[in-house]
Amino acid sequence: MTRAAPILEIRDLLKTFGAVVAAKDINIDISRGEIVGIIGANGAGKTCFVNMVTGYLSPTSGSITFEGVELVGKGPREVTHAGISRSFQVSQVFHSMTVAENLRIALAIAENRGVNALRIMESDALEAKCNDVLKRYKLEDYRDMTVSVLSQGIRKLLDIAMAVVSEPRILLLDEPTSGISVEEKFDFMDVVMGALKEDNVTVLFVEHDMEIVERYVSRVLAFYQGEIIADMSPDKALADDKVQEFVIGKRH
Amino acid sequence: METFLTILLDGLQFSSYLFIVSAGLTIIFGVMKILNVCHGSFYAWGAYTAAFFIGKFSDMGMPDAVGFLIIVAAAIAVGVVLGFIIEQGILKYMYQRDEVLIVLATFGLFLVLEDIILIAFGTDPYFAYQPMALLDSVEMGGIIRDVYGLSLIGVATMVAVGCWFLLNKTKWGVILKAVIFDREMGISMGINVPYVYTLTFIGGAILGGLGGAYIAPTISVAPGLGTEVIVLSFAVVVVGGMGSIAGAAIGSLIIGILRALAVHELPQVELFVVFAVMAIVLVFRPEGLFAPAKPRKI
Amino acid sequence: MLRDTTSKVVLFGGIAIILLGAMMPNWIVNQLMFGFSRALAILGLLVLWRTGLVSFGHAFYFGLGAYTVAIVDIQLGVTDVFVRLLGGAIIAGFAGFVIGFIMRNYRDIFFAMLNTAISMVLYGIIVKTESLGSTDGFAISLPTIFGIAPETKYPLFVIITMIAMISALAVNFYLKTTVGRLTTPIRDNEIRVEYLGFSVAHAIHLKYTISAVLAGGAGALMAMSLGQVDPDSMINWTVSGELVFITILSGPGNVIAPFIGSLVFEVLRTYAFELAPQAWQLIVGATFLTIIFFLPGGIWSLIAKLGRKNS
Repeated sequence: MTRAAPILEIRDLLKTFGAVVAAKDINIDISRGEIVGIIGANGAGKTCFVNMVTGYLSPTSGSITFEGVELVGKGPREVTHAGISRSFQVSQVFHSMTVAENLRIALAIAENRGVNALRIMESDALEAKCNDVLKRYKLEDYRDMTVSVLSQGIRKLLDIAMAVVSEPRILLLDEPTSGISVEEKFDFMDVVMGALKEDNVTVLFVEHDMEIVERYVSRVLAFYQGEIIADMSPDKALADDKVQEFVIGKRH
Repeated sequence: METFLTILLDGLQFSSYLFIVSAGLTIIFGVMKILNVCHGSFYAWGAYTAAFFIGKFSDMGMPDAVGFLIIVAAAIAVGVVLGFIIEQGILKYMYQRDEVLIVLATFGLFLVLEDIILIAFGTDPYFAYQPMALLDSVEMGGIIRDVYGLSLIGVATMVAVGCWFLLNKTKWGVILKAVIFDREMGISMGINVPYVYTLTFIGGAILGGLGGAYIAPTISVAPGLGTEVIVLSFAVVVVGGMGSIAGAAIGSLIIGILRALAVHELPQVELFVVFAVMAIVLVFRPEGLFAPAKPRKI
Repeated sequence: MLRDTTSKVVLFGGIAIILLGAMMPNWIVNQLMFGFSRALAILGLLVLWRTGLVSFGHAFYFGLGAYTVAIVDIQLGVTDVFVRLLGGAIIAGFAGFVIGFIMRNYRDIFFAMLNTAISMVLYGIIVKTESLGSTDGFAISLPTIFGIAPETKYPLFVIITMIAMISALAVNFYLKTTVGRLTTPIRDNEIRVEYLGFSVAHAIHLKYTISAVLAGGAGALMAMSLGQVDPDSMINWTVSGELVFITILSGPGNVIAPFIGSLVFEVLRTYAFELAPQAWQLIVGATFLTIIFFLPGGIWSLIAKLGRKNS
């Protein structure tokens, strides 16, 4: 596979909260179409990393360049407009609305920018897109159900689906399978990754489940105490001594 | 010199009754996270009850000093009866709901209680000047002041010290502070939070009633008492920080003295200045001057 | 724009009321004028309520609208109904736009209280200023329509009803646009709205400004219907409380709701005053509590339920 020019370049990222170092010496290049797994123990800096890339937190120093544009200093809204979306560890959805309504508003916000926000939201085109997303994420059965009565798994699917409607070039998933039962994890990820592959989206996901990581990613980034201790293919990463010790936990 | 002293004492007196009322309001907010609009009614009920019975007892020929007992009794009665009925009858069922909805409910309660006053006590004003007349007046710094007004400052100070003592030196204080900080943690530590809520509400109501009862001898107790005091207490609590007694004290002082200054020097701004300060604090420091520290969650 | 049921009801209902109004006795026409005027303010509060925001100080904009009418009448001799209305709505709207820059960052209790504070500042200024009428207020000369002074209240009633219809249709339209739909989503999850790419602050600013324009227009129309303005019936925090009460009473479900709620309020007030003047606040308070406990969707939710049963 030819290495295309990286679309996301992160240089010397540093984040401190007073005396606590949440991220340090982060240097990564991500290329188009890569599926990257981010692993690490709790508190290792994974979510902090996601928060910085998506503009929720500002790094203390360093740069994040996406398709040549500097992202540091931009908030979540601008980062979304630039083409990077994320899903959340605890699904962030509109709990008093139905699944279809959630998707419609996500689509409408993505499509009707600026002055267009003052036009009527409903349209046949919007409805068609909504149906399409419902189908791809296997949410059709739930379309008219209010989110508050739905299980974690469905909410997470919805959360991810909503992040994808803005057609991002990079999608960050924060622990997509946490809260989903062991039996359902693979089905869940099959649906998600299948839908994403269709659009050739670059995906980075934070994950604790090593089986999921092995199955879906082509590259692993291992975090420990704010630094990246490994950046390699899954089998090499999982066999690596440091990853064994600091992420997986030694076998005895 | 005379005017300075007059303004200072007027300000302190005004701050005093505002503090007594606002302390109740702020503690209810701090513990229960409820902005209690019907607090104005506790004040009004305290005033009416005290004035009514002072008048009655005086007609019966009782000595004027009994008035002070009546004031305290009125405050306690109002706090316990109204506080208990409201908390157990209405508020208890609303704790899960949106905090703004609870405020609206207390507003509804305020309206109900205001009219019950009209029905119970009528629309004519009450005068219960006896305790004030009893304490007579004194000359100080070239001016003459009612001793009663000065005693109000004393009462407020006692309330302040009492609150400080309760919060910092007793087991109750620790429990209250725990619930203020984090209700859920309080429950998991074994604190009987519903019980704390009821007692807090009653305690706050007693303070509201006390403010009204003690001020009754100095004014004509007439309909509409509660309406003015409630927005002033809001202002105090906003300026000082919701949930902080120290804040209520500082807030009352600031607002009381500002108001006295306005009344004497520039009457046109009397009403405006209090709310202007409230608005400014909300814009620049919405937590107030002394809000209890909030931990970062997640 | 006029495809949905609500719009049709507003249009035909409004026309019906205008026609019927010619035959109704004066006192009914008056009730309708007061009710519809006030309902405009409630329309604005409805939009904010859906977004999870309650203002306890919208009497500020209501009063600004009313007092603008008084001042242009007395200082400038303006009598034209449309100029007065536009004046009130624009001044209030402008104030709302400016204050909106700050207000859009507040939520919950703080939002409610900051609005209260601002409204009481205005109250305090007016009560203490002789040239602004102080506690007595002003009487307002009768409005003229295109230079003609009408002999009955009917023409003014027609105008108010038409403004009410237009406002209801406009807000109904607004609520169907993308930004107008950002009521429940903002209430449910602001962070997600930002992450989806829309500025919550901008959305709230727009809603707040709209509510200010509507409240200002309401105040202007009320002033002209009453023929007078005074701070206690237009700017005091109790007036703000009344507006909130009617909003909750009406329910947020539909743009028609504020008009029904306002009329119920007017009727309630008139009869309660006649039967038991001491019990007016009691009735309002008790109704408030009843709605909050048993009918949180307001009167409209009852109507909607009946409608569902029939269909």
